[in-house]
Amino acid sequence: MSSPLSLAAVVAVCLTTLVVGGLGLRLSRRTSDFYVAGRTVSPRLNASAIGGEYLSAASFLGVAGLVYGAGIDMLWLPVGYTLGYLVLLVMVAAPMRRSGAYTLPDFAEARLGSRAVRLVSSVLVVAIGWLYLVPQFQGAGLTLTLVTGAPPWVGGFVVMVVIAAAVGAGGMRSITFVQAVQYWIKLTALAVPAFALLFLWFRAGHPAPVVPPDWHALLSRSGPDDHPVYRTVSVVLALCLGTMGLPHVLVRYYTNPDGVGARRTTVTVIALLGVFYLLPPVYAALGRVVYHELPDGVRSDSIVLRIPGELAGGLGGEVMTAMLAGGAFAAFLSTASGLAMSVTGVIDQEVLRPRFSRLSGGDAPGIRGFRYAAVLAVVLPYLLSRAIEPMGLATTVGLAFAVAAATFAPLIILGVWWPRLSVPGAMTGLLVGGVATVASLGVTMARGDLDGWAGALLANPALWAVPLAITSAVVVSLATPGRIPASTTRILVRLHTPERVALARSRLRD
Amino acid sequence: MTGIHWPTAVLVGGTVLLLWLGVALLQRSRRRGFISDTDRATYATLHTASLAARHLGDGLSPEAAERAGRHLLSILGAQAVSIAGPGSVLSWTGRGDHHRDLAVPLGEQTLGTGRTVAHRGDAVACEDLECPIRGAVTAPLATDDLVVGTLTAWTDRPSPGLTRATEEVAAWVSSQLALAELARTRNRVMEAELRALRAQISPHFIYNSLAAIASFVRTDPDRARELLLDFADFTRYALRTGGTFTTLAEELRNVERYLVLEQARFGDRLRVSLLVAPEVLPVTLPYLAVQPLVENAVRHGLASKEGIGHVSITATDLGSAAEIAIEDDGVGSEPERIRTILDGAHAHDSVGLGNVDARLRQVYGDEFGLTVDTAPGAGTRVSFRVPKFAPGVHTQD
Repeated sequence: MSSPLSLAAVVAVCLTTLVVGGLGLRLSRRTSDFYVAGRTVSPRLNASAIGGEYLSAASFLGVAGLVYGAGIDMLWLPVGYTLGYLVLLVMVAAPMRRSGAYTLPDFAEARLGSRAVRLVSSVLVVAIGWLYLVPQFQGAGLTLTLVTGAPPWVGGFVVMVVIAAAVGAGGMRSITFVQAVQYWIKLTALAVPAFALLFLWFRAGHPAPVVPPDWHALLSRSGPDDHPVYRTVSVVLALCLGTMGLPHVLVRYYTNPDGVGARRTTVTVIALLGVFYLLPPVYAALGRVVYHELPDGVRSDSIVLRIPGELAGGLGGEVMTAMLAGGAFAAFLSTASGLAMSVTGVIDQEVLRPRFSRLSGGDAPGIRGFRYAAVLAVVLPYLLSRAIEPMGLATTVGLAFAVAAATFAPLIILGVWWPRLSVPGAMTGLLVGGVATVASLGVTMARGDLDGWAGALLANPALWAVPLAITSAVVVSLATPGRIPASTTRILVRLHTPERVALARSRLRD
Repeated sequence: MTGIHWPTAVLVGGTVLLLWLGVALLQRSRRRGFISDTDRATYATLHTASLAARHLGDGLSPEAAERAGRHLLSILGAQAVSIAGPGSVLSWTGRGDHHRDLAVPLGEQTLGTGRTVAHRGDAVACEDLECPIRGAVTAPLATDDLVVGTLTAWTDRPSPGLTRATEEVAAWVSSQLALAELARTRNRVMEAELRALRAQISPHFIYNSLAAIASFVRTDPDRARELLLDFADFTRYALRTGGTFTTLAEELRNVERYLVLEQARFGDRLRVSLLVAPEVLPVTLPYLAVQPLVENAVRHGLASKEGIGHVSITATDLGSAAEIAIEDDGVGSEPERIRTILDGAHAHDSVGLGNVDARLRQVYGDEFGLTVDTAPGAGTRVSFRVPKFAPGVHTQD
């Protein structure tokens, strides 16, 4: 299947990203008015930007594919994706903003004052970023194959090159507005065809979706994915706690002027995601109307892109497919650029810049290291996306969430709420969580044929790895009371003091 | 058979590993053979001393004394080592802990005279026949000729050798304490410097603003009132006492007040344009870091120029850092002159340029100083970078 309209949509999305990245189109005007120039990013705009960056290939294509294939149990996925922000709102959004940290390693250093913990956090940021980039590349390959018939490696390659160029040119920095528009583009690209298709379906006499008998049975599937209760709970836990550990999410919070702004932003994010996630199940249900069972050689992730062709046909179908393909590419590019930006920043700051400045005696232009870092940040996950068997976009993204949930969530939650966290304790938590999740995911990826409890525990490690990491962090912290950072009380007071109180205090001193 | 026979492979691998380990160990011991006993003793002593020195870097506290005591004990080879201040025992390392309380009375003589004293017999010994402590040597710890504490080596057989060694070790510890004192003084000097650097509003500005406001009092009282309020806010911000850091948004607000006052004087001759990425407004930076640069642009760039002058302020997002640049199209200056200003030679001539540079370097390190691009007749561009996060930099403290 090849359609020029869809190809044009994909090319347009890629070119726009390149232009924004290459020209550094800031969309902030030159003004002589301090009031205009001094306006901080409003919580609503920032929330749209977070939504735009957060909604990835997994949300745009993967959720509908999973619900189509595996039944209504998979509706927990969008719930989990959104719940993560509720946890973020209640537990960490405001204190995190008040810590002044820009990245997760910054937070580790600010809270614990330890270079070693910072280093381990940096490694984990890179690992999670790479893991999250893999499904973006796979989704791009899938989409491009579908709309042009190109071999699967092309789509990922295109996304990789576009991202490396845009990030390396330095244009992906202050693009809050661009990312905010991305959210609305994605929502429109998914919503307009959904309503059109629903209308067509209704006019066609609204035939009922045809589903296998256990499709709508709650938590009772059998077969290779057994132990559905454990799997579902584990996935939801990973999504709930993993969100706060995603490198590209936290970076956006820095844009908020204060803790209150951070909370407002999070509330708006929840609303925006809630609206967006109403749509994938619609596609899954329509998919069940169109395909009673998955045709041979078709991955369920591509179901969203196939429905318009089947249901509408003709020019209308092509326009809708083009919208969806363009929206999907926007999803890959915005998420991947946010991730690549974070990973690049860490690689540049922790690895390349010290080396470069030592080699050149401090005279190296900073931008060169940054460009190498940008290339490094995308090439490895691209190769990984070619090497491993596609597992379903939402499943792979779930793995990244699991690692984040078992490593950064304990660090952040204990760091924000527990004054007795010691440096070795935090370190143990990170290492135990990281090793446990990465190892079990490695085994799952290497041999996907495990079933029974072993398969379930290894494929969805969050439910045991998160408590393990938290327990080990707590136990080691209690065992090493001498290594609690001396500045703990001062920092915790700062994290939890509302800005208005802090402001009043500083006024008193005047 | 084409597959690998695993037991054989493991056996061969293991043997190779063992052989390699053996050879490595052999070489190491042989290499050690080239070092004489004296060399080794010197090395061991110096190494232990350097380990102890690490703990004494912050001066004489109970924890530091406790940690350093371990290494001092191994240098002296005594039964125990104690460090006492005037009136309290800071640490006891080694055996015979029940003698701990003796360290203060035994040290009194040394504290008073600054001399090393050997104690033996009834002054030290206790009834416990098993107790290894039969004598002690107390040596003074002094900084700047003032005895601040005592180092006591407790031993089972007091000897002149131990007395000399204790005296030398105490002298060495004293020199470490002097170094710690030096580091503390340096920190204090830096803090004092920072305090001195903080509020340098230029007297010219105060005079010119008040003169400009005065000129409006009769013709436009409302504007004069507005300007006075701006002036009050400006001075409140610039002379405030709490907090070393502020946000870029806050700093820009103050630049606005400053420019309103300057525009009262220059009128339409002064045009300002801003290009600020909203993402970097929450960035924390030393307060009064931008305003002196703007003032410099206005004063040195535009005041001596004919016609309209432009000042532009840009703040760009660089990912983990923000870049702030102030540019004017004024008369510019010789790069050589700017260099001497940044070196601190012309402290009075240029408003705040050297001051801001010094503070930025002090807070963020040497790679975060000011960058100045200028030439006579070509305007001036002053820029600097601020990391979005730097340990210890907060607006609230």
